[in-house]
Amino acid sequence: MQGLLNNFDEAAAVILFCIGFSTLLFHRNMLKKIIGLNIMDTGLYLFLASMGYIRGAGAPILTDTEVINMADYINPVPSALVLTGIVVSVSVTAITLSLTVRLYSKYRTLNLDEIYAIARRTEKEEF
Amino acid sequence: MKIDKEKFSAWLNTDPDRLSGMEEMAEIPYPPRERIKEKRHELEERIDAQPVGQISFLSRKFWHRLYTVFAVICCAVMTVVLLSTVAALPRFGEARDAINELTERYIVSGLKETGAVNIVAGIILDYRAFDTLGESFVLFCALNCVLILLRIDGDEDASHHELYFNLAHDDILRKSALFSIPIVFVYGIYVLLNGHLSPGGGFSGGAVIGAGIILLSIAYGERASGALISEKVFKTVCFCALAFYGVAKSYSFFTGANHLESIIKPGTPGEILSGGLILPLNIAVGMVVSCTIYGMYRMFKKGRF
Repeated sequence: MQGLLNNFDEAAAVILFCIGFSTLLFHRNMLKKIIGLNIMDTGLYLFLASMGYIRGAGAPILTDTEVINMADYINPVPSALVLTGIVVSVSVTAITLSLTVRLYSKYRTLNLDEIYAIARRTEKEEF
Repeated sequence: MKIDKEKFSAWLNTDPDRLSGMEEMAEIPYPPRERIKEKRHELEERIDAQPVGQISFLSRKFWHRLYTVFAVICCAVMTVVLLSTVAALPRFGEARDAINELTERYIVSGLKETGAVNIVAGIILDYRAFDTLGESFVLFCALNCVLILLRIDGDEDASHHELYFNLAHDDILRKSALFSIPIVFVYGIYVLLNGHLSPGGGFSGGAVIGAGIILLSIAYGERASGALISEKVFKTVCFCALAFYGVAKSYSFFTGANHLESIIKPGTPGEILSGGLILPLNIAVGMVVSCTIYGMYRMFKKGRF
């Protein structure tokens, strides 16, 4: 418990991740699933950013170009990784949303169970 | 321009009548949802009436319950495992031990080797430039997928895309957009060009510029934004930016990878024309990102450019 209180930032990120994951599992609405995926992404970015943070250090933008003191700057590698994650999550969101638009225009519903039921029925009628 | 006082007070009081004209517009050309639901209920009743179907009805409910139970267990286990991992991590903000020779190299000699004051920009556009090229291609591929899925061809019926509430003749939006669009563009260009000196860079600056173009298209109609980015401009800019990035970076790796001297000098740190290839690469990435964001908006809004 003390460890969780010490790492409250990472704990919050993990809880956010799990909220997104359970949204992904429990909701039958496609749009809510996409929102859950985005919440998971956000939790991951918070985790990465807090892992790179060092107390008392500033952003990795050099203020003194002559004397570079290692202790003045946070770890820049997680910051660079978060950028990759953001770009990929934007792309995935765009693709899933456009797939959802196509699904809705075919089945007129966003509920996954209803889509399955209609698809199974049309399959039976065709064969 | 004459200010429509009645409209303004209605907007201030958030009068719901403001949207009263929408109902007749929002007539859907697809079969109504109720009919599909009815058909589904009919089907379910037909299945349940048959003896074989009864088993499938029971099993359907059974599978649903099983799924819920497994999902709850899955979430709980995952939460516990992740939280216990977090509890074992080093204390927040005191991860100085995690700094290894890679980070040290980036911070200590990043400025000398890349010429960028912003170390993150130096990492993503110099040390890991091929990674960023891949990211740009991921974004471009996502736009292509959206184009394939949502594009409406010439002979296809696009009338249902015209039904949405159109804000192009809204005085309040037009006047506020008139003031905010130049600021948004200037800010986006500032963030784009100062990527190697301050927080920002190609992706964030491009996103801001793309949002500005979307605002222009909402407030002044698609003809205004179409004058800025037509389909042809869009294709040319995306291709040129990505091709320039690929060529520039392969050139840089060809001359500078094995500690050979690069022809482009890093320049004086802190000046706008410094950092070697980082500034032109930032501009290329920003062009791709702004075009992609606007293209996605157009596809979702209208289905064509």
